[in-house]
Amino acid sequence: MKEFFHRKLERNAIGFVLAIVGVASIGGLVEIAPLFTIHETVEEAPDMRLYTPLELAGRNLYIREGCYACHSQMIRTLRDEVERYGPYSLAVESKYDHPMLWGSKRTGPDLARLGGKYSDAWHVAHLVNPRDVVPESVMPRYGWLKRNALRIDDLGAHLAAQRAVGVPYTDAMIENATADARAQANPDDAGASGVSERYGEATNVRAFDGNPGLLTEMDALVAYLQIVGQLTQAAQQQTATAE
Amino acid sequence: MEIEHNSVVAFAKSWGLFYLIALAAGVVIYALWPGNRKRFDRAKKSILDKDDRPGD
Amino acid sequence: MISGLTVSERHLALFVLGALALTGLAMAVAGRGDPLAVHGYIVLVFSVGLGFAVLSALFDPEPPESRLSEYYDDPTRAGIILSLAWAVAGMFVGVWVAALLAWPELTFVDSAWASFGRLRPVHTSGVIFGFGGNALIATSFHVLQRTCRARLPGQFAPWFVLIGYNLFCLIAATGYLMGMTQSKEYAEPEWYADLWLVVVWVVYFLIYIRTLQRRKEPHIYVANWYYMAFILVVAVLHIVNNLAVPVSFGHAKSYSLFSGVQDAMTQWWYGHNAVAFFLTAGFLGMMYYYLPKRAERPIFSYRLSIISFWGITFMYMWAGAHHLHYTALPQWVQTLGMTFSIVLLVPSWASAGNALATLNGAWHKVRDDATLRFMMVAAVFYGLSTFEGSFMAIRAVNSLSHYTDWTVGHVHAGALGWVAMITFGSLYALVPWMWKQERMYSPKLIELHFWLALAGTVVYVFAMWNSGIIQGLMWRTYNDSGTLAYSFIDSLVAMHPYYIARAFGGLLFLCGAVVCAFNVWMTIRMARRARAAEPAGDVPLYGKAGAAPAGE
Repeated sequence: MKEFFHRKLERNAIGFVLAIVGVASIGGLVEIAPLFTIHETVEEAPDMRLYTPLELAGRNLYIREGCYACHSQMIRTLRDEVERYGPYSLAVESKYDHPMLWGSKRTGPDLARLGGKYSDAWHVAHLVNPRDVVPESVMPRYGWLKRNALRIDDLGAHLAAQRAVGVPYTDAMIENATADARAQANPDDAGASGVSERYGEATNVRAFDGNPGLLTEMDALVAYLQIVGQLTQAAQQQTATAE
Repeated sequence: MEIEHNSVVAFAKSWGLFYLIALAAGVVIYALWPGNRKRFDRAKKSILDKDDRPGD
Repeated sequence: MISGLTVSERHLALFVLGALALTGLAMAVAGRGDPLAVHGYIVLVFSVGLGFAVLSALFDPEPPESRLSEYYDDPTRAGIILSLAWAVAGMFVGVWVAALLAWPELTFVDSAWASFGRLRPVHTSGVIFGFGGNALIATSFHVLQRTCRARLPGQFAPWFVLIGYNLFCLIAATGYLMGMTQSKEYAEPEWYADLWLVVVWVVYFLIYIRTLQRRKEPHIYVANWYYMAFILVVAVLHIVNNLAVPVSFGHAKSYSLFSGVQDAMTQWWYGHNAVAFFLTAGFLGMMYYYLPKRAERPIFSYRLSIISFWGITFMYMWAGAHHLHYTALPQWVQTLGMTFSIVLLVPSWASAGNALATLNGAWHKVRDDATLRFMMVAAVFYGLSTFEGSFMAIRAVNSLSHYTDWTVGHVHAGALGWVAMITFGSLYALVPWMWKQERMYSPKLIELHFWLALAGTVVYVFAMWNSGIIQGLMWRTYNDSGTLAYSFIDSLVAMHPYYIARAFGGLLFLCGAVVCAFNVWMTIRMARRARAAEPAGDVPLYGKAGAAPAGE
């Protein structure tokens, strides 16, 4: 009798566990599951290109320094945002972003359309000391980016991991990742043509930090900042046709 | 396996609602079921009893 | 404390620590040239250090059999201390980053680790996971045993959970300083830390379920429901949101399995439910035990607590989309998130009302007892911030509030007003019971803490409401010629006074936490002195405790 009672209690507790998991999971499933078929409704962007190894390294620095905590990369479909920052963000623009960097807070301005807006020299000066360029800024200084050499020996592994989560990097891209990173920041490098070949003619190939001799973290971050919102022109085109 | 986005959404919208109603009804019935009153009253007061050592 | 473990448990501890040390060594070797190696060394030193502590007590005699007729509270005591240590550290960093927004040059050093972007997650994880998580673990072990009238099933597992969890927190915080982050807010730690947390969490769950199964009460008390929901759903959220592919086993860096809109939805499904099940469900569990206990009155309506439990468990899951209004997320998901966020107000206010109605008839106690007042104010702030949350989830409101300091103010109304207040109230109730004292060292200091905490919260929240709404309005204001009236930098300049006020509010709250830590420390000292004065070691002040547990 006592044995039976005990077993009943056990079932009670485990049933309870199952109930909580069941009740709680369904909300998530119902809400999230449809998003995994969303590619059927997402905009097409045939012109979309991938991040180069240097830009990807820069993006990782953007993550490392926690830039996403103060800068969003998601322009909402509101008139004032479109007028302040540019065409509103489309889902397709971040389809290769693992993880996305939409952000949640604008202590600083949105960066979704930052690419090409300022010169490389402006970015470098701004990152070294934001108050040299914008006196009222409260952004931290990032002087060490200019001093630290960029780690590039493992970029092939980074690209391979990106491919594992679904970004269509080719074997040639993975193989040449390290060389491409070096060449993209040094236009005189013999491999510079390879970068444009693999990632498109429009790819920025230049000494982003102003010093072609040394590949720094500054090169990578500025290369990334100059391409934010520029991987595809889908958003700009959509706005153009709407008007 | 072909899952159409629209059918998934339709399923989520309709069955999600039924699920919500059924769950709410179930919970309210459980909480208000007269037979459970004694258990709940006991549980509610039980934590105020002496709790210096495990029960036997 | 170690001699309280049985000899076989000490062997098990050594074995686990040995395995952990080897893991640390493997990480250090595989991660050469990567920050991963630093974490390898931290794990190695951590486990070897603990290993020596276990070794030093390895040959102590077995603890007496009489321990089995008592509750096992050593991990709870340690958890309380760890929780307060994290509170002071996490809130200190919070005040620091708040000051950085007012005076950006306040980094003192031109070092990467001291920049805002790296310190911010130290603050958020330090207070949420360090302070809040340790308080949840400590109180959950206490509440679980009392409400089940059963001792924890073993003595090793609770230590594994507590210490393993703190190792996770340590890895997380040191990782942020080195720039290791997944960039997913409130889920920043990298893949290996996430895997470790899964192991810890499974053991935590097993302790809970095994104790529930051994309970001597026919019904599972509602506080345990909330703690269970906290454990289970946090596990689900954590695993799903952290799915990622590491660059290699020698790299700390990993890439999220999801991208773009799916990643955003997964992240905010996680983020919002971390609020729901970490910062709400767990602390409601605390409230449903310590508030009636301290007020010496049963909860107003047990039935209402059940209904609101299932309401919260069910509905929070749908609400995450309100973080993504007007974004590239499909609109139907946004609408769904908004609707459920509003409906959520019903179970939330049911819980808050239930707590306040419990105090009805005991208001004289609330007036006289700062500990109970902490819990009362927590319930009020819970009601306020859930109302605010539902309000801000409305699309039109969100268009103004999103991306602004209003969100920060809302979060802190919940975190300071609700989570921290209910925790401090519960700890002030719990500490004298745990150290077998009649009361805390100084009731006056509790009173002081209460007013510091309340003033700090109010100053903070009002500063952020003001700055958030001003910011939101400035961004969308047009002048007569139909162009935007203010540049972004105009709005930033307008924030300056509020950022100073916010840092000041945070400083008051930090001072309160320091006062609390001091008060708890002195209470422990008081207990030690009392025990030294009475060699029998039996101080039956709270209830009728048996012999003091060996090795306490």
